Amino acid sequence: MWAYRLNIPSHWRLLSERYRLAGGYCENCGHKMFPKQKICPKCGSEKIKPVELPRRGKVITYTIVQTPPRGFEYYTPYILAIIELEDGTRVFGQLTDIEPSEIQEGMEVEMTIRKVRVSGESGAIAYAYKFRPLE
Amino acid sequence: MQKPTIAGVGFTKITAHWKQSLKDLASEAAVKALNDAGNPEINAIIVGNMLSGIINGQENLGSLVAESIGLSGVSSVKIEAACASGSAAVMWACLSVLSDLFDSVLVVGVEKMTDVTDNEDVTSALATAADYDYEVFFGATFPSLNAMIMRSYAKTYNLSPEDFGYLPILMHKNAVDVSHAQLRFPIDMDGYLNSPMVSDPLKLFDCAPIGDGAAALVITKKDGAKNSDHLVEIAGFGSATDTLATYRREDLSRLRAAELATTRALSMAGLESKDFDIVQIHDAFSVIGYLNLEALGIVERGKAHEFVASGDAERSGALPVNPEGGLKARGHPVGATGVYQIAELALQLSDRAGPSQIENPNVGVAMNVGGTGSNVFVHILRRVE
Amino acid sequence: MRPNRSVGIVGWGAYVPKYRITSKELARAWGKDWKKYAARILVEEKSVPGIDEDTFTIAYEAAKNAIRRARVDPSEIKAVFVGTESKPYAVKPTATMLAEALMIGGEERLTLGADFEFACKAGSEAMQAVIGLVGSRMIDYGLAVGADTAQGAPGDALEYTASAGGAAFVIGTEDKSVARIVGTCSYVTDTPDFWRRQLAKYPSHTSGFTGKPAYFTHIINASKKLMEEMGTSPKDYDYVVFHQPNGKFPLKVAKMLGFTEEQVKPGLITPFIGNTYSASSMIGLAAVLDIAKPGETILVTSFGSGAGSDSFHIEVSDRIEEVRNCVPRVIDFIKKKVYVDYAIYSRNRRMIIMPAGIGDY
Repeated sequence: MWAYRLNIPSHWRLLSERYRLAGGYCENCGHKMFPKQKICPKCGSEKIKPVELPRRGKVITYTIVQTPPRGFEYYTPYILAIIELEDGTRVFGQLTDIEPSEIQEGMEVEMTIRKVRVSGESGAIAYAYKFRPLE
Repeated sequence: MQKPTIAGVGFTKITAHWKQSLKDLASEAAVKALNDAGNPEINAIIVGNMLSGIINGQENLGSLVAESIGLSGVSSVKIEAACASGSAAVMWACLSVLSDLFDSVLVVGVEKMTDVTDNEDVTSALATAADYDYEVFFGATFPSLNAMIMRSYAKTYNLSPEDFGYLPILMHKNAVDVSHAQLRFPIDMDGYLNSPMVSDPLKLFDCAPIGDGAAALVITKKDGAKNSDHLVEIAGFGSATDTLATYRREDLSRLRAAELATTRALSMAGLESKDFDIVQIHDAFSVIGYLNLEALGIVERGKAHEFVASGDAERSGALPVNPEGGLKARGHPVGATGVYQIAELALQLSDRAGPSQIENPNVGVAMNVGGTGSNVFVHILRRVE
Repeated sequence: MRPNRSVGIVGWGAYVPKYRITSKELARAWGKDWKKYAARILVEEKSVPGIDEDTFTIAYEAAKNAIRRARVDPSEIKAVFVGTESKPYAVKPTATMLAEALMIGGEERLTLGADFEFACKAGSEAMQAVIGLVGSRMIDYGLAVGADTAQGAPGDALEYTASAGGAAFVIGTEDKSVARIVGTCSYVTDTPDFWRRQLAKYPSHTSGFTGKPAYFTHIINASKKLMEEMGTSPKDYDYVVFHQPNGKFPLKVAKMLGFTEEQVKPGLITPFIGNTYSASSMIGLAAVLDIAKPGETILVTSFGSGAGSDSFHIEVSDRIEEVRNCVPRVIDFIKKKVYVDYAIYSRNRRMIIMPAGIGDY
């Protein structure tokens, strides 16, 4: 199933997002978005500039994956969550350094960088943001 | 304006068809529909399918299907809109007929899922309906995204785990006597509650099964139909999109695209939600089934479980829902499902649905959901007197 | 060796994964008598990386903490060196990933970047390289990191100590320093006490031979030579930090050199988290900086198999109080822990071999 191998050019293109949460800021209406879009989904303005989003936020909702797709077998069960960052922008990613029994909606988390997937023994390693509980 | 009309219906049983290929299934359904329509001359074929490239290694299904039924030469394409590919194909067939450039269009929805045998591979293939860069890359599966919708919906309306069981239990009950259904056995609340977690809080019995199947329709105009004894009119249709990624939606406990598509379809049909006599919902996951009932304007938000629990959704109820068992028990060969839904409605509205036939319906609606509500299609069908 | 202009540590940071396995659990897995076999090396428990952690993610955490304490804009940092013997990629630098993640060298990424290898002293030689660059005025700030997810073969003696952790130091001009690095001294010989061949998953070692001809000889020679160059003796130091492959060796080498246990203990971290290889002496130094007062002096001597030692003379300055508490201290990482059993440990360390094709996408 070649279609869900890790595509290196696409991962590379997105590194500023995956390592540093680079998003977009609408200079017309002030809306922040992740990822940065060409046109503001709120006001339609094309005046969008890049911005680094806050790295802390809270869990809006989550799920615990028991049946993984290819490439995630080793990590199962793992936790996926929608995070609302301090400025209201939402992102999606894994929670890490947490036991399923510890998760609660509304809990505060902070961004870190972790391995997301590894292409076997000889392929590339993809690192990206994950969120862990804030101490 | 003459509305598009369904002149012929055909489909295969939904199951793991080990001996039949994608082409075999598509041609079986297509031939049945063509025969049912009295074999009119076909101007175009529109194939609804989601996963043939990734699972079967085969694209260009327009050519494949045309050739398989001896219609090479006819214009033919595949249309893809994730799990809503089938009804997307129906809608574009309707538009073709309405354009007056084509008289008769054959729609074939087909999905052959069991050619990959590892769960991880099927899970990965289905996940392509979500946002690859911002969801799937991080390990999102299609059930996991729907699980988050389920958790949000349950939290918003304070629902218990049991509340999500009413729909799958009804669907299994309905499918028992339906010969083309995939899961023809009843389940009870204990069985539902104790089914394994797929993606917490989503359980196995919240999920439609994986299966192969094909369904076909001949769409034409009433005046041009050869067999006029079982025609059903497509009175209205509408479709709408929402954000590809689930996390980019403000409210996870409703389906905006489903609401928009419903409004558009009702407006075209000149009808209201209260006019529905039978409903086809997209219960790929219990919560999505509930959200469909709410988006269709049948029940208030947060009340869908009460409506199903009350018995109103049963075959004999006030407003029967999926009398053949829906996606959960009739089956959900993803890209074919939308065509199955409309085919089931066409049979009901021409009193040909067999054991699942409800009493004298006049107007039916089918809602088909692509992604986690990112691409939704609604068709409203009406009996032709 | 002394730099041409005064150089110091501008910011320090550490990171230790939160998972731990006890030496009793390791002994249980292999049917060993813990008291006879493991207790004598004085390592109670060791850190275990999470399933999604490796040297890069550990280096990232430590470096982030160091930069925060340094209060330097990452664009002003013009060198990033990572010392490790568990590179995520055998070929492809960890340093470039750190530069990308932390914007080192700014938008334009104008920075030196390289990975260093010298067994357990790769991190300290990364520090020396930065000292040289700053001391010669080629750059004003550089980042040196020591990080490892140390390998020890299942059932081997090393399994009781090989752990995971990292420490990072932003090194720069003296005016912004929390501690001045006055001088450094290195000593190397060709001593094959411990190695890992190109494609081997786990290192090989020579048991007793790793002691006297390797660890003790190199640490003693480098430390003595440094003190000679500095004109100091053991009593002139408030703290001494040695490479700590276990809890026993650092105390023994301290005694041999004439240091007291009180000088060693504040920087002796291995008993609580195990041997973090390239980070071992650097985490020890970070723990000392966490508590050191202005005016105090520190001697640090690393050891890398193969073999060599780097020794540093460090004097703490006033600015240390300002930045000490702005990020977690080593003690905070030591306290934050979750125990795992041998099964989870094997999984997190990827010691369980999955069938071909699984996870290959």
